[in-house]
Amino acid sequence: MPNAFSTFLTLTVDGISYGMMLFLISVGLTITLGVMRVVNLMHSAFAMMGGYFALWCMQAGDLHYFVALPLGVLATMVVSLVLERTLYQWVYQANPLGQLLITIGMAFVLTAVVKNLAGPQIQSLSLPEILTGQMSLGSINVSVYRVFVLVLSVVVAGALWLILEFTTFGAKLRAAVDNPRMARCVGINVPLVFSVTFAIGCGLAALGGAVGTQMLPLEPYYGLKYLVLVLIVVAVGGVGSLKGSLYSALLLGLIDTLGRYYVPALGGFIIYLAVLAILLARPRGLVGHAG
Amino acid sequence: MTQQTPSKRVAQGFGRQRYTWLDAALLAAAVLTFFFGEYYLALAAMVVLMIIFALSLDLAQGYGGIETLGHAAFFGTGAYAAALYALHVSSEPISGLLVGAAVAALVGLLSGFAILRTHGLTQLMLTLAVATLLYELANVMKSVTNGDDGLTGYDISPVLGLFDFDIYGKTAFVYSCVVLLVIYALLKRLVNSAIGLTAQGIRENRVRMRMLGVPVERRLWLLYTLSAAVAGVAGALSAQINRIVGLDTLMFMMSANVVVMLALGGLGRLYGAFLGAIIFVVLSDRAAAVDPTNWLAVLGVVLILVVRYAPQGVSGWLVNLGRKRRSS
Repeated sequence: MPNAFSTFLTLTVDGISYGMMLFLISVGLTITLGVMRVVNLMHSAFAMMGGYFALWCMQAGDLHYFVALPLGVLATMVVSLVLERTLYQWVYQANPLGQLLITIGMAFVLTAVVKNLAGPQIQSLSLPEILTGQMSLGSINVSVYRVFVLVLSVVVAGALWLILEFTTFGAKLRAAVDNPRMARCVGINVPLVFSVTFAIGCGLAALGGAVGTQMLPLEPYYGLKYLVLVLIVVAVGGVGSLKGSLYSALLLGLIDTLGRYYVPALGGFIIYLAVLAILLARPRGLVGHAG
Repeated sequence: MTQQTPSKRVAQGFGRQRYTWLDAALLAAAVLTFFFGEYYLALAAMVVLMIIFALSLDLAQGYGGIETLGHAAFFGTGAYAAALYALHVSSEPISGLLVGAAVAALVGLLSGFAILRTHGLTQLMLTLAVATLLYELANVMKSVTNGDDGLTGYDISPVLGLFDFDIYGKTAFVYSCVVLLVIYALLKRLVNSAIGLTAQGIRENRVRMRMLGVPVERRLWLLYTLSAAVAGVAGALSAQINRIVGLDTLMFMMSANVVVMLALGGLGRLYGAFLGAIIFVVLSDRAAAVDPTNWLAVLGVVLILVVRYAPQGVSGWLVNLGRKRRSS
């Protein structure tokens, strides 16, 4: 049955691109959680922020999709940097429960702000013409948009890896992660490194949020609605592990996409069952070492 | 020392608990509400059952130090169990509460086995995953739970065969107050018992308690199961009073709200649940009537400020105030 097989392949591509988008959104959170030990329930709200900034650029500024996208990411990074320097200083001083409450409070405020400014309706970025339609790769048909998300995410993830492995900043960050005190002793400005990392993480989330509006549409409650999904990706991957987040995002993206197609009766149930099973077998996540 | 009968010892255990002016004030508030706030009895019953829910969370989080973002799992389970019991077995309310508690306790027992093996973020995630799993389960099993429409169409017979549920909510209010009173007395006894005290010890220093010979895992498991049972009672009560159980009883917002309530009121002192639930439910009801969107913003700001300036919540702030006055 070549037909069933090509359906499977199409679904696989969809699942991988969905997973890569999840990876973009959640990779920043795994850094803040693992490195700075901050429970940041606001993180998915940054993804929403990126989406709304890009939407606003397209609607009010009448800019092209490919211009609005980086602008949205940039704006989110600026906002996140400002927040990190101000409100997050309170977060750092609080205990874990306090961190959870402050950041969810911030997500509440942002939800209200977005609802007031953009309205309660569900929205998504309208795609430019080149991204609509289908393309065929060999025998399988996939939507151009999914392939675009896939390629973009892979490029970004690759760039992230290169930065971490081969630049001075990457070396400083790894040093600060492994041993913040020692890093400070050798003259690394650890708070600055963390601020920049935080902003980059939020920028990646914004990119994922803005690019993925066809999969996770924008709405004021976006930040709270998809928070669970993002947290799950991080927990399954193992807190603090970029590789783990990548694996878990891909795995969950595939499970969710394939599950919804082949076992529609169970719907969104399968992904949580998988999460439960994985976390029971490996409480520290797929690639976790930090408890 | 004369030999005491077990029943007498139990009675003494309850009698030994200290009740303060705050208990008297809360009781007075309930009585006043009943006689003078007749238009607000439905809201008051809502407050009372959220107090019970917050108390259950306080048991797990405040006393046991178990981090959870999925307590709605037990509330919802209790609610669905009570509603299904009323629909298919019997409309008698008190046995309905017990069924709700038992089923929720079972879920707590089973999920606790997995959840309590972990700590910190993973624990938080597992509680979240369990709650979401149950939510999706209820969503999928439409033939049993009615899905999005909510489970309804069941009847609740008069309490003790005497007090019929009236449209003014008088019976509902008194009924839930009595349930709260019973649960509060039981919990007060529990947290000051050996189990409650060791739980607090585990919260503060797990390794040390293990060295003292406390079966840490089993203690927490018991505590978590009891907490689930109390949350189940709250859910069952909600099902009986509201005559409808929706998927929202299992939703993340439900879990988040109760965490917020408890944080507002203050963890680990039972009163926190009372104050937090009263403040949260009354404010959100009033504010939601005026402007639900901006209420969320206000709530967010309040949360940030409470964590920053009153990390022990309103009840902690009151206690400090009392101490200061006494010392000056």
